[in-house]
Amino acid sequence: MAHQVPILRRPVHRGSVGMAETIKLEVARYSPERDAAPRFETFQVPLRKEWVVLDALNYIKDRLDGSLTFRWSCRMGICGSCGMMVNGEPKLTCATFLADYAPAPVRVEPLRYFPIVRDLVIEMTDFLRKLRAMKPWIIRKEEKSLPEGEYLQTPQQLDSYKQYSMCINCMLCYAACPVYGLDPLFSGPAAIALAQRYNLDSRDEGANERFPILSQHEGIWACTFVGECTEVCPKHVDPAGAIQRYKLTAAKEWFKSLLLPWGVR
Amino acid sequence: MKSNNAAPGYSLFHPRWYRPRVSTYWWLHQWSYLKFVLRELSSIFVALFVVITLLQLRALSHGPQAYADFQKWMKSPAVIALNAVSFVFVLFHVVTWFHLAPRAMAVRFAGKRVPELLIVGANYAAWVAISVVVAWFLRGG
Repeated sequence: MAHQVPILRRPVHRGSVGMAETIKLEVARYSPERDAAPRFETFQVPLRKEWVVLDALNYIKDRLDGSLTFRWSCRMGICGSCGMMVNGEPKLTCATFLADYAPAPVRVEPLRYFPIVRDLVIEMTDFLRKLRAMKPWIIRKEEKSLPEGEYLQTPQQLDSYKQYSMCINCMLCYAACPVYGLDPLFSGPAAIALAQRYNLDSRDEGANERFPILSQHEGIWACTFVGECTEVCPKHVDPAGAIQRYKLTAAKEWFKSLLLPWGVR
Repeated sequence: MKSNNAAPGYSLFHPRWYRPRVSTYWWLHQWSYLKFVLRELSSIFVALFVVITLLQLRALSHGPQAYADFQKWMKSPAVIALNAVSFVFVLFHVVTWFHLAPRAMAVRFAGKRVPELLIVGANYAAWVAISVVVAWFLRGG
């Protein structure tokens, strides 16, 4: 029955796992108990069209080595947990497709410039401390009483800060910033962009409180405008733009303080 | 970056973190970083052009002989080579900064943000216009 052969062959052909259908993942491993420095471990994982790097890491954890440690949560680019270095570039691993790198191996490392706790997990307290210092919340001189109703805002007023409010605190911008790597005191791209998110909000009255933190050397002036933070941002926040614009604001404030008498400032 | 030599040994509440060091050659690892370093370096050559212009003005004020000497110095191969390198760097400086301009300026017009291309285009247009004026002066003189 020769006419049946093509029909029979098809599933057999699909079921076989050839070399072309897998991809090598070189994953950085670091055990604080055993290792003096991170090392790489290579895993062979299935290469599927719809698989992202995070799927491959979960495959490793489920099937190959349950001790692999990494952070993830939402799988849809909004929680900001799964940021890692993929082939040397800061990426959200939930939005980085394996097929884009095939057939070459994919190298996965923890986010650059942060201390490594274990495997792909970094220590982020430094970022959280710097973010908090920026007072990223709406500051009012006097709160409106409840009967006065909500704080209204026009679409145009919303538009002036909306871009910065898209930040998901994934810290890819820190891993892209050589200034942060070389000068760990630098407040960093996301923290400054989020300070601007509130400074530019028409409901906020806290710009003066944020000014001394932003305008010190470790604030905006440490930035040399490498611009890579904006390039790697998965949410198109443009932290580099936020910093440069605040440099202009700070320079204007400085001129004002020079020219105007005390009372008018 | 501080090394972790002083870090305490591993315990439940004080994990031993690994702190990677930043390589001295970090700017060679990525084209975008190298481009940044070259852009920063280009400012030296911009300054050099300014110094040469000042020297030219000084020679001009010192009379025809001084100016002839200046021109002779400018024609020496070493100075020509230096100026050629400077010119390439100044061009690099101009182009990279023009393309960064829209990031530093959020220009709004009639409630909308002016598109990036328009700001870059305006910079180039101003460059061409000023160059035409300078060329017109040179031809007139």
